[in-house]
Amino acid sequence: MSTELPVLKASDFASDQDIRWCPGCGDYSILAQMKKVMPTLGVPQENIVFISGIGCSSRFPYYMNTYGMHSIHGRAPAFATGLKASRPELMVWVITGDGDGLSIGGNHLMHAIRRNLDVNIVLFNNRIYGLTKGQYSPTSPLGKVTKTSPMGAIDNPLHPLSIAIGCEASFVARSIDVNIKHLGATLKRAAEHKGTSFIEVYQNCNVFNDGAWKYATDKATKSDTTLELEHGKPLIFGKDRDKGIRLNGLVPEVVDLGKGISEDDLLFHDEKAEEPSLAYLLTRMRNPDFPEPIGVFRAVDRPMYDEELNGQVERARETKGEGKLEDMFTAGETWTVG
Amino acid sequence: MSTTTGASPTSKEIVPIPAATVRFAGDSGDGMQLAGTQLTTTSALAGNDVATFPDYPAEIRAPRGTLAGVSGFQIHFASTDIFTPGDHLDALVAMNPAALKTNLADLRKGGILVVDEDAFNKKGLEKAGYEQNPLNDLALEEEYQLFKVPITTLTRGAVEDSGITSQKDADRCRNFLAMGLIFWLYGRSLEPTLRFIETKFKGKETIIKANTAALTTGRNYGETTDAFKSSYQVNKADLEPGHYRNIQGNTALAIGCVTAAKLSGKELFLGSYPITPASTILEELNKYKHFGVRTFQAEDEIAAVCSTIGAAFGGAMAMTTSSGPGIALKGEAIGLGMILELPMLIVNIQRGGPSTGLPTKTEQSDLFQCMYGRNGESPLPLIAPRSPSDCFYAAQEAWRIATKYMVPVMLLSDGYIANGSEPWKIPDVADLESFTIDHPPAAKEGDPPFMPYSRDENLARPWALPGTPGLMHRIGGLEKQDQTGNVSYDPQNHQNMIETRARKVAKVAESIPQQEVLGETSGDLLVLGWGGTYGACVTATRQAQERGLKVSHAHLRWISPFPSNLKSLLESFDKVLIPELNMGQLRTIIASEFLCDAIGLNKVQGKPFAVQEILDKIIEAVG
Repeated sequence: MSTELPVLKASDFASDQDIRWCPGCGDYSILAQMKKVMPTLGVPQENIVFISGIGCSSRFPYYMNTYGMHSIHGRAPAFATGLKASRPELMVWVITGDGDGLSIGGNHLMHAIRRNLDVNIVLFNNRIYGLTKGQYSPTSPLGKVTKTSPMGAIDNPLHPLSIAIGCEASFVARSIDVNIKHLGATLKRAAEHKGTSFIEVYQNCNVFNDGAWKYATDKATKSDTTLELEHGKPLIFGKDRDKGIRLNGLVPEVVDLGKGISEDDLLFHDEKAEEPSLAYLLTRMRNPDFPEPIGVFRAVDRPMYDEELNGQVERARETKGEGKLEDMFTAGETWTVG
Repeated sequence: MSTTTGASPTSKEIVPIPAATVRFAGDSGDGMQLAGTQLTTTSALAGNDVATFPDYPAEIRAPRGTLAGVSGFQIHFASTDIFTPGDHLDALVAMNPAALKTNLADLRKGGILVVDEDAFNKKGLEKAGYEQNPLNDLALEEEYQLFKVPITTLTRGAVEDSGITSQKDADRCRNFLAMGLIFWLYGRSLEPTLRFIETKFKGKETIIKANTAALTTGRNYGETTDAFKSSYQVNKADLEPGHYRNIQGNTALAIGCVTAAKLSGKELFLGSYPITPASTILEELNKYKHFGVRTFQAEDEIAAVCSTIGAAFGGAMAMTTSSGPGIALKGEAIGLGMILELPMLIVNIQRGGPSTGLPTKTEQSDLFQCMYGRNGESPLPLIAPRSPSDCFYAAQEAWRIATKYMVPVMLLSDGYIANGSEPWKIPDVADLESFTIDHPPAAKEGDPPFMPYSRDENLARPWALPGTPGLMHRIGGLEKQDQTGNVSYDPQNHQNMIETRARKVAKVAESIPQQEVLGETSGDLLVLGWGGTYGACVTATRQAQERGLKVSHAHLRWISPFPSNLKSLLESFDKVLIPELNMGQLRTIIASEFLCDAIGLNKVQGKPFAVQEILDKIIEAVG
């Protein structure tokens, strides 16, 4: 690989295709941040591949001037596995949504994460089926009224980050479509992580589920409803940064700072903790009882599937030598006629 | 390792015979597959032509002693060319009453019947549903050469000094005792099996001693007891000179794929999910990591095929292996592979269907599935190997076509070929033709924009690999615009793309051989077969020809597309007979393609055709 990469701009990563998301869709913002992050990664443009499934978010690869595959519903992690396993030098991004990734493709998401394949998975969570025009999704809240749940959804919702941590994810983060600075920084952190990076992005579908994340994006409420995680720092939030999260046994609680409670009493964030329980606990902090954490929940090193697989191939070659057809043909008992 | 072995010496009469068909049958825990495999090896090493048919239940350990738990292994060894594991048994070894009950019908009258008389106790008889001990039935002795051998007692005695303490462990050597006896009966050398014992149980001295003792005791029992008056000798077959090994279909397929990868300068990627009877390909390919083989045991069938497509996009020789139920799950992704126009192999080792069906039994009932089992217009080339060793060549041919035309190729084998075995003449590596696969190079300054859906003279599109500067492009399952590959909903473009993809598959006919015929190229009847029925078709046709019937045989290898001379060939015969292990799937395709009203011979019993069944049908049609 050449060490001198051409200096590229975000616009170099725009493909020649017209973007066909609805005006005002949160996907535009994610696309813009992605294009901005790309030139900062030190990876040749031709070594980047975007793979998606089916859904609004899954049109993403068409709009990136990289290699890309718009595959079938829910299976993007499986395509990424085959590609990354055989071409470990490529940087592979998986773009998925709450329906694609958690419903039809839940199995593949789970297995890609537990294998710790070195790919970056970005899940656009808008809590609705957008492309099929507004049915409830696996992240829709209980009681959600949609065309397929006129009396309210009765399926208990899934929480993407809880699942990721349950699958032993080595990198778990959350960001918000309109929080562009935070989103850009989070995508960059994910790209730099070795192993599966799983990022949930709160994304607004302004046509079928407008305002699903209003509490987390409204200027008036967001400092009370979200909490920005920082490694090694106490969990503090609120407009005046006067509230914090304290652990009471195994249960987090919201406390007011002052009044005899200092920062030292609060829970300190440790994204590198080997034990994922605290990270899991953070994923269980949900609106309206808690501020919802954004940022990096967990970032640890774990063996990567693609590296291990290729390592085995390398070791087999070292110990047995490059395979010879003659040896393969004549394995076992043979005999000669004539 | 090259070996020559002599037969065990005997002082009794030796009767020369041209061929023998032997079946070991017992409980699924009795080691019958091992016994059969060992008899196969020692017979092949003795220079016989061999053909085998393992037959086992889907349950790993069905209740001991029951009919459902019976496992069998049939081997046909001969001093002449043979193509099938034999219609009728010359010898049957029944390790318990259930095995006798389920297998006796296949033993020819006057055939050798060896039973473990110790197993015919009250409990064993009850489990098999015998009210009376069949061994006391005089008719059994009249119809067959019955040898009541106390196999269990003999085994326990034989292993006494080996250090084995439990009776259960001692009884696990019963199969070796039975082997020893059968080896003596057919003058087979014990050497290959003794070597096998040494290797297989390395470090377990007690087991090596016990199995060796059981094997030799079995041999000595045949030699010393008066019950056996004579033994048999099957001379060497007149095989083509060369270096041979015995090979199973799935092994041949696996090493054929490794060979194809090597010859085309690729590394093999297999995405697969375990399923009977395809799993052994995944297992076999795991042995070849030093060839650059990467195997991915996926979380499910869908992930298996999707990872295959991902690897194909990246430039690997990518393949997935499964059986009917798994192919059903893969359908959507195979359609994607087709519209992406990436080369890959989709292997279906057919088993009895529908649904879970008969997992361990053979059938040819997935032909429609593989031809048509995808949404939309999605034709694909389809090749079907005809015998275990043919899988080696079919795999390579499939990969050549896949890369030449940029298309997934379906390879349709079956459980009978996959688990069956035959001698394979090991090819000289120098004779194998390597071939290059082109990938477009990096774009240069001033090049016109890259067109991922432009086409060459074969209608193949360029296989541009991620990592190539300047060729960045996006592919996907939405209909593509001709040339650019961009998403297109244009009506005329859709028509054009569908026709082009179909024309491309049809063009494959230019690269496949003309249909060969056994016998005259015209006559009263053409036996048209495909896949694993080859042995039975060819043997039946030869027998019909020997009777003076004007019958020929053609065995299809490519079913999509058909060889270009097939139409005229079909028209050159008064009648066409299509024997299939399904309800007439090829016959339906032939009828719709050529308006040919063929006669069907259709069997769906989980078993291969007997030669006689096809011969009878031939005679019925033209005799």
